[in-house]
Amino acid sequence: MSTATIKTTYREALKQGLREALANDERVFLMGEDVGHYGGAFAVSKGLLQEFGEDRIMDVPLSESGFVGAGIGAAMAGMKPVVEVMTVNFSLLAMDQIFNNAATLHHMTGGQLNVPVVIRMSSGIGRQLAAQHSHSWEPFYAHVPGLIVLSAGTHEDARGMLISALKSPDPVIIFEYTFQLNTEAEIPSDAGAVDITRARVRREGRDISLITYGLGVQKCLEAAGALAVEGIEAEVVDLRVLRPLDEETFLASVRKTHRALLVEDAWRSVSLSSEITSRIMEKAFYDLDAPVQRLCGLEVHIPYPKHLEEACVPQTADIVLEVKKIMGL
Amino acid sequence: MQSQVAEPVRLDATKAKDLLYKMILIRRFEEKAAEEYTKSKIRGFLHLYIGEEAVAVGVMQALTEKDNILNTYREHGHALARGMDAGAIMAEMFGKQQGCTRGRGSSMHLFDASRNFFGGNAIVGGHLPVAVGMALASKKQHLSNITCCFFGEGAAAEGEFHEAMNLAALWQVPVLFVCENNGYAMGTALRYTHAEQDLVKRGAAYGITSSAVDGMDLFAVMEAAEAAVLQVRTTGKPYFLVCNTYRFRAHSMFDAELYREKSEVEKWKKRDPIPQVEQFMLQQAWIDEDGIGEIRQRVEDEVQRAVAFAEAGTAEPLEELTRFVYTEKS
Repeated sequence: MSTATIKTTYREALKQGLREALANDERVFLMGEDVGHYGGAFAVSKGLLQEFGEDRIMDVPLSESGFVGAGIGAAMAGMKPVVEVMTVNFSLLAMDQIFNNAATLHHMTGGQLNVPVVIRMSSGIGRQLAAQHSHSWEPFYAHVPGLIVLSAGTHEDARGMLISALKSPDPVIIFEYTFQLNTEAEIPSDAGAVDITRARVRREGRDISLITYGLGVQKCLEAAGALAVEGIEAEVVDLRVLRPLDEETFLASVRKTHRALLVEDAWRSVSLSSEITSRIMEKAFYDLDAPVQRLCGLEVHIPYPKHLEEACVPQTADIVLEVKKIMGL
Repeated sequence: MQSQVAEPVRLDATKAKDLLYKMILIRRFEEKAAEEYTKSKIRGFLHLYIGEEAVAVGVMQALTEKDNILNTYREHGHALARGMDAGAIMAEMFGKQQGCTRGRGSSMHLFDASRNFFGGNAIVGGHLPVAVGMALASKKQHLSNITCCFFGEGAAAEGEFHEAMNLAALWQVPVLFVCENNGYAMGTALRYTHAEQDLVKRGAAYGITSSAVDGMDLFAVMEAAEAAVLQVRTTGKPYFLVCNTYRFRAHSMFDAELYREKSEVEKWKKRDPIPQVEQFMLQQAWIDEDGIGEIRQRVEDEVQRAVAFAEAGTAEPLEELTRFVYTEKS
């Protein structure tokens, strides 16, 4: 692997991942609302219709259950559909298909059927879109056996997760983050497929484990940077794979640092953090020097004004403050 | 992969006997299933198809082995008409690992991938979009198989029905929608659930060729299905076929049937599709009473064999419970 890097936006990383996936395999096609002639609601698929044609880049009507179900059917019959649900908020309209069909069919048929569909959805808060357009539904999906649930918190994962997901015989949900679309980062110039079974330590540290995913990754990295200045070495664990969870990686981190702070935008009750906390209690309790703590979404519906929206989810400063509290500083 | 274009109906004594056997098999298999239910050999939901046999048998004979079939939870008839083993179906209902989905699915979720029989969906309307996707895959892969999707008139009230009809017509994919209108969505009559009760008009709204047929008449269903299948196969476009039929038994084993008069049921029973076929065959001198007796005996033997197979089946070991949540690495 080359060490050369290129600077890319999150949007461009997603797009290049899609292009590579489409070029790799004739069976791959993209279907979703406004993915073709409009160029993608967030311009991720801009130009792909012209490059790959209408058979490969399919605009669909506003029928989430219909086209997600069609993606499932096409996957059952030999194709490799990439279904884009414009935002996670609209995916609620397709939950019957995702939960009752995609997640269920392999098990319910005693292993006879596979549903190798990939469903991408943009997620998260941060664009002042108010209560119905700011959801973080990762815990919903992570609750369901049979699904593989990925969260692309970094540009490298935005570039590579789709390519790897298309190799899975089981249904994969990929969460992408609208808030990050214009952000830039360095990724390897030969970036491509990534592992989709493991969590990843994004920054090493000895004092505390910050365990997070999605938009929490950048915030935790920023917080770790600020804490380092004050001599606190925080380790940042990006869960990446929300189902099935890679507990080995986060437990190893906790066993090393003896402290854990869990950070996520989703509502606190019955969240990913609830699950991670339980697993730490079950399997690493005697390694802890302090109680596990959580910073999660405030349990309100996201309001429109910027200052209120920002107060709904953990911010970098909150993470820094909470770490110091846990450290007894 | 090429599948044959089905020949138009050429009914003769041999074919008629085969179809009669299938109809009686469905009838007796289900009567036996109801009996086994009362003995607690079968639990959960059991939705009987009795009375509607002409639809499954009439449509299925028009399809080829390569065609995809999707169904509702009232699908014993379709599974048997498709040629699935009666023993594997009964064992499924007994919850045995020799069942067609290892006993995991139950009566509502019969699957046989080797026969392109894709369930067995128990969320009303949930399989319609999937059927459209399977037909889309055939189109994209330039296959000549079609997808046939059975559902009840209750499903025609679901959003997924309308989404699927629109997608099928928009994409021009080879799917045959077969609406089995038995008049009741569980226990609520069509007139209480649909503003427009002439269901065929639903197809027209999406520019889909549509027709209705007497679902109690096997030969009428065969003719309508042959024509519909031929059109789907030759044009690659969807078709909406409404089969007007009636279930003689309750919705499920929990149904006290408070919503319909016994006289209504009796009236429909006079149109029982099985004696109609027998009568026709006798008139044609294709069969005599002894011949019908022989068919009934073969059915009895097959049903007994199915029950014995299910009885002899084994319970899936607990250690297997968590298999197939994800694909096992080979």
